[in-house]
Amino acid sequence: MAEDTKERPVYRNIHVTQIVGYSLPPAGMVSILHRVSGALLFLLLPFVVWLFDVSLGSEISYERFSNAFVAGIGFVPAGLIKLVVLGLIWAYLHHFIAGLRHLWMDATHSVGKQHSRVSALITLASSLVLTVVLGARLFGFL
Amino acid sequence: MSEHSGSKRLVVGAHYGLRDWLSQRITAALMALFTAVLLLQLLAGGRLGYDRWAGIFAQQWMKVLTFVTIVSLALHAWVGMRDIWMDYVKPVGIRLLLQVVTIVWLLGCAGWAVQVLWRL
Repeated sequence: MAEDTKERPVYRNIHVTQIVGYSLPPAGMVSILHRVSGALLFLLLPFVVWLFDVSLGSEISYERFSNAFVAGIGFVPAGLIKLVVLGLIWAYLHHFIAGLRHLWMDATHSVGKQHSRVSALITLASSLVLTVVLGARLFGFL
Repeated sequence: MSEHSGSKRLVVGAHYGLRDWLSQRITAALMALFTAVLLLQLLAGGRLGYDRWAGIFAQQWMKVLTFVTIVSLALHAWVGMRDIWMDYVKPVGIRLLLQVVTIVWLLGCAGWAVQVLWRL
């Protein structure tokens, strides 16, 4: 039994401090951001349900909801709410489009180097462009 | 189903991830459908105020679709968050705690959202 319980060697050659210095290919960026955006959406889920709640509760709570984006709510300024919603918008868009890319890859087996590179770049770019457009509307630039 | 339970349960082999993989895709497709349907309803019609916004979710079929989306989201996020904990958190005790917190978090949010929906 002694031999069975012997410590096994563990090869962990990536440390968090090293990850920062890594240069990922576009598909790798989409992949890790898919995870990051998913985790962000999970963490912000109570906020989303709260938005759902105040916007649908009644005419009065709907006023509170729209006013939160103008004058803030309680001690939370409107700018912070808009910033969090902007984060939500990006996370949703990136997660959504990266998910469509997954489904498309599953369905068409377009998993070659070139296909995955192009679709990854499209995913990164389209989610960012849409975020900028919607963010501009959110912050009143459009 | 005998290989999934009891003392003769199959504890090794492939296909264990298939169910999670498939459920994540099916729930994703359902949420995408919800997104498209909601977007179409928002874009059609005039100025958005409380009446139109609440009217969208007051329709019985939209309530059913939203309910399906809420349940899908909980399942989808469960598979995804469990993957994250399994990848990055190695101590079994902390991982179990985080998984329990995840389930409570998701069930709490889902229950709250259903309550909002059925109040309409």
